[in-house]
Amino acid sequence: MAEQEHSMDKPRVKVPAKVTRGEPFEVKALVSHKMESGQRQDEKTGAKIPRKILNRFVCTLDGVEILRATLHPAVSANPYLSFYASAEQSGEMKFEWTDDDGSTLSARARIEVEP
Amino acid sequence: MKPILEERPVDISRRALLERALLAAGLWAPLRALAGDADNGTTAAVAKVLAGRPAAGEGLKFSTPAIAENGNTVPISVEVEGRFSAERYVKAIHIFAEENPAPEVISFQFSPASGRAKVATRVRLAKTQRVVALAEWSDGRVLEAINEIKVTIGGCGG
Repeated sequence: MAEQEHSMDKPRVKVPAKVTRGEPFEVKALVSHKMESGQRQDEKTGAKIPRKILNRFVCTLDGVEILRATLHPAVSANPYLSFYASAEQSGEMKFEWTDDDGSTLSARARIEVEP
Repeated sequence: MKPILEERPVDISRRALLERALLAAGLWAPLRALAGDADNGTTAAVAKVLAGRPAAGEGLKFSTPAIAENGNTVPISVEVEGRFSAERYVKAIHIFAEENPAPEVISFQFSPASGRAKVATRVRLAKTQRVVALAEWSDGRVLEAINEIKVTIGGCGG
């Protein structure tokens, strides 16, 4: 199946170019982030390095929530998520990650539902 | 993107079933303590999701490597059998690690528009341990699978 690669800032998302109405399709999302766990110590000072992770991920299709994830420090650096979505009509998928500091990263991808 | 490590779907083991029975009877936590296992909170976290409901061992495919050479990035995937409908869908999947600094790893919340519950990610494991996957259907049914993952070089630490 042909897939489109969308790139916007750091996040990368992959969805099929065309999907079948109501048929679940795989979505892959990858973003660069250290996911500092809060467990590590500074090698020189011995001080604990504060936690700083992406703690939330939300995927919507034309504003309707498809999937949400709560990430903890045990999620690896550069978090990778794969999941499924289904669509009744063509639209825009939005992907948003929220950092512990409140900032967000986002990506978008257009999906076309085959007639 | 593809996990390089061997994947191994594992259904709930007889030992896990026994443990859950003991847990339900309030006996499991003391047994764990006797065995020298330090409970990082997984027992309580699992009990909170179950909320007194029994967990079924079938219908949930939890794929993990038998051996993870690098505990910093261990590929895992969870699949719940069955398609969603507007009325009946998987509400959530939770992953807990029994011997990490904290039990919670990741939780997914689905909607009917997810279509199906099949997720994959990469996680950190501090050492060799058991990892628990729980899935909650919207009708209240809960599924559980527990996999042991041997970790050669632990993640999480400094």
